[in-house]
Amino acid sequence: MITVIVLLIAGILVGFLLRNYRRIIVLSAKLTDAAIFLLLFFLGVSVGMNQQVVSNFRNIGLQAVLITLLATLGSVLVTYLFYRLFFRDR
Amino acid sequence: MRNTLIILIFFVAGLFFGLFAFLPDGLDGEEMTLYVLYLLLFLVGIGVGANRDTLKLLRSVNFRIFLIPLSVILGTFLGTFVYSLLDPSITLRECWAVGSGFGYYSLSSVLIKEIAGESLGVIALLSNIIREILTLLLAPLLSRIFGYLAPISAGGATAMDTTLPIITRSIGTEYAAVSVFSGLVLTLLVPFLVPLIL
Repeated sequence: MITVIVLLIAGILVGFLLRNYRRIIVLSAKLTDAAIFLLLFFLGVSVGMNQQVVSNFRNIGLQAVLITLLATLGSVLVTYLFYRLFFRDR
Repeated sequence: MRNTLIILIFFVAGLFFGLFAFLPDGLDGEEMTLYVLYLLLFLVGIGVGANRDTLKLLRSVNFRIFLIPLSVILGTFLGTFVYSLLDPSITLRECWAVGSGFGYYSLSSVLIKEIAGESLGVIALLSNIIREILTLLLAPLLSRIFGYLAPISAGGATAMDTTLPIITRSIGTEYAAVSVFSGLVLTLLVPFLVPLIL
């Protein structure tokens, strides 16, 4: 996944250099949305064609719900701990 | 929220195409999606590099503010670690990758799908949408119980945009900059963390 990170950093550099060319930046924001929509459409397609995922959908949905509840709870609790330790004097 | 709906519509439309095989053989987009994903990452990078607020925010803040996104990362990893202990069908790495979306479902789900397959990609999509919805629903309650940083923490990457209005409504507009900062740091980290974890 080196490619991913190289492309990101290349993009950041290009974006920084072109930051005053608002037209290009606006265009790239629109392209970003289009790419996201296209990719999610194809995520849907490959999910729909994947029998294993389709027949497991309830299971997968439950996993997603539980992971999220724990992730969010964990975040809030650790942030609360940090809040008590470092931010209370405000 | 409007964007979430549009994204769900695209996903569901694709789902129906896939399910009922309207697409001719070999047009499942496997090859193309990889290149579109690469293009997307480059474009996301451009957005980050061109964003004047990024540098301004990073310059204007003291060290302590970094503790907020740091606590979100640690807490997310802790919570998803607990889940990986309870469910033997999913590995710790997979749980952490899903959690590392921090609510940024569009990018994290397509990245994860490409690296780890459809199944985990769907979990990431649902999970990160749910994180956004949970924050929208619970922000006022969380701030009353756990203080003003709690809704920012729950919102993760979305604290800079989609959940920002509800966050500022429940903790006050004076914390909007803190919320945007935390959301921005997490948003920037998503495309780095996900491939590093998987």
